[in-house]
Amino acid sequence: MHELSIAMSLVEQVAQVAREQKAVTVPRITVTVGQLSGVDPDALRGAFSLAAEDTAAAGAELVVDIVEARVRCRVCGRSSTPTAPFLHCVDCRSTEVEVEAGRELLIKSIEVDVEVEEKVS
Amino acid sequence: MCKDCGCDHVHSDPAPGHHHDHEHPHDHDHGATGLTRRTVELERKVLAQNDEQAAINRAWLADHGVVAINLISSPGSGKTYLLERTLERLSGRVSCGVITGDQRTDNDARRLQGKGAVVRQIETLSACHLDAGRVGSLLPEVAGAGVKLLFIENVGNLVCPAAFDLGETFKVALLSTTEGEDKPVKYPALFSQAPVVVLTKMDLMPHLDWDLSKCRAHLRSIHPGVFIFELSAKTGDGMKAWIEYLEKLVG
Repeated sequence: MHELSIAMSLVEQVAQVAREQKAVTVPRITVTVGQLSGVDPDALRGAFSLAAEDTAAAGAELVVDIVEARVRCRVCGRSSTPTAPFLHCVDCRSTEVEVEAGRELLIKSIEVDVEVEEKVS
Repeated sequence: MCKDCGCDHVHSDPAPGHHHDHEHPHDHDHGATGLTRRTVELERKVLAQNDEQAAINRAWLADHGVVAINLISSPGSGKTYLLERTLERLSGRVSCGVITGDQRTDNDARRLQGKGAVVRQIETLSACHLDAGRVGSLLPEVAGAGVKLLFIENVGNLVCPAAFDLGETFKVALLSTTEGEDKPVKYPALFSQAPVVVLTKMDLMPHLDWDLSKCRAHLRSIHPGVFIFELSAKTGDGMKAWIEYLEKLVG
């Protein structure tokens, strides 16, 4: 259940951004999770709602964008998207491949609501 | 969710239906006071804090000429036993340090004492993995003073430790013959990241329906190019190749 540690790290960074932005609320957080990252999106959502309690991230919607595994073949040079977690070239079946995408675990963006304070003229 | 009434609406939007994904700078005065929504693009690692500390650890290890191995496996695959036998064989030849992590007790550290290595235990309590911060705080005492090879025995767990970079040189995964040979495909996050896998308890193979060639095929399907050791720390079979490999790493 390392999703809780991950969620706590996420909430910490959201709180920092919320402070910097002087946010009143944080309605939405979008994260990018690769299929090879070892993070379960549902477990992350559950952990996030726990970790966010009584923080600036409380109540925020967590949007999880999944990134497919993509490999580049060292034999034929092509990129393909094998069915994770099996890493081989879809085109020539070679297993001489490098992972190009799928290991991501990123905070993509944070939406914040900030107060508009203007003087009454 | 609204903190006041628990409904699903975001009350902060000043004009329902008019969502802001950009900033509205105002340079004129007007009477309205409200909220405006903006999107802060980050593209920052969720575990940025851990990764920053891991980078510091990695630089420290490189500066001190230490090779650090992050040993990861399920509980009971024989990490501590392999380490005991490994430290005995390396004693007087390679200066070693050990950081061992468990949720509770210092049993492992006590088992590993007296074999010529500096040993420190981390009790992670509620955490299911070691993190870069706790490892970093121990590096000077456990890997300073001429240590060449640092073993970091992670908490027994095939899932969580794989996500946390400790600043190690590389990960080594252990898999014992008493576990299913398809574990690599069931727990791909670890096995796809570990360039070296040690198959342990090979002496038990005659008593089990465990298929070595299947296990190797599963490993290679997840991690083409993985380097595989087969050994029994109990009988010593296969230990020579493992020890020679470790000596070459620091040679």
